[in-house]
Amino acid sequence: MGPLVVNELISENTNLFLAFIIGIAFGFVLESSGFSSSRKLAGVFYGYDTVVLKVFFTAAITAMLGLLFFSLFGWVDLNLVYVNPTYLTSAIVGGVIMGAGFIIGGYCPGTSFCGASIGKIDGMVFIGGLFIGVLIFGLGYNLWDNLYMAKDMGSPKVSESLGMSDGLFALILIIVALAMFTFAEWAERKFPREEY
Amino acid sequence: MTETKELRKTKYLNPYLGGVLLGIVLLSANFIAGRGLGASGAIKSTIVATMNTVAPSASENSAFVKEFQGSHGGNPMKTWLVFEMLGVLVGGFISGAIAGRLKFKVEHSPKITSRKRLILSLIGGVLFGFGSQLGRGCTSGSALSGMAVLSLGGFITMMAIFGTAFALAYFFRKNWI
Repeated sequence: MGPLVVNELISENTNLFLAFIIGIAFGFVLESSGFSSSRKLAGVFYGYDTVVLKVFFTAAITAMLGLLFFSLFGWVDLNLVYVNPTYLTSAIVGGVIMGAGFIIGGYCPGTSFCGASIGKIDGMVFIGGLFIGVLIFGLGYNLWDNLYMAKDMGSPKVSESLGMSDGLFALILIIVALAMFTFAEWAERKFPREEY
Repeated sequence: MTETKELRKTKYLNPYLGGVLLGIVLLSANFIAGRGLGASGAIKSTIVATMNTVAPSASENSAFVKEFQGSHGGNPMKTWLVFEMLGVLVGGFISGAIAGRLKFKVEHSPKITSRKRLILSLIGGVLFGFGSQLGRGCTSGSALSGMAVLSLGGFITMMAIFGTAFALAYFFRKNWI
């Protein structure tokens, strides 16, 4: 049955229309959860507001479990779902640069659009920065394409790499997330701040 | 005082409920389109479209544009992430309107000026934009969506993003606390 587009159950134009609808839901949930506030987002790195950690991991686990169950019920063919490829070097270096951008700018790309949508000028300026950053990457592509293409590992699953089943990995991730949530609740009591 | 504090505390969605809802949105994307959510990809599309229009000959020879067009044939603006991100602006606006949060403002710690906050926003954006291209996606496309499909790269990028931000947090504490 799923994915609907890959199995040609819906047309390409319907897919783009649904992308817009999914985007509305995405933006709505991000904003309602407080992801339009850079100080709230940055709070996770100081312990005074851990909404990022809670929302992020709950979402990842919900979607991961949903996909595993959908696959079990035969509702979605996981072989047709896009799995992000792993280029080890660029995944690490890119992530480190993004982490620096996060703590300096207070947003990530999705949340900056969310902030901009309710009038946050810092979010709009962050988006301007994103365009400059992507443009620099594009214009200087030849300078870093070796780094970009290094250590191509294909599209491995983390469960395969660790030599365990998808289900066992999911269970471990849930336990880790619950431990982090407990720690996060403790941190918020220890470093209280009023809401932004 | 306590009452005002209670009110302020309840103006956002419960984070675990928000997480489940976001997870359902991500699951829907995978079920419908066979792909996860994203954000930086829409910016890349816009940059490629701009390069094609402003400097078509240079664009034709650009390995960056070729790499993009290889995986997305046709009009770079007629892609899934562009439509999704337009939706994000609408959805964020609707939520902000319902909650009474629509307001033009620069959000910053009282310890820094608006000007400093905006300069830091710009620098952060440039870094995040560049890093998202190198890392083949940002917090949404690579970390969150990658984790949902158990991508090894998604987990690595997630740990690199959050690990670095935690490691650098001390040096930038004045900007936030």
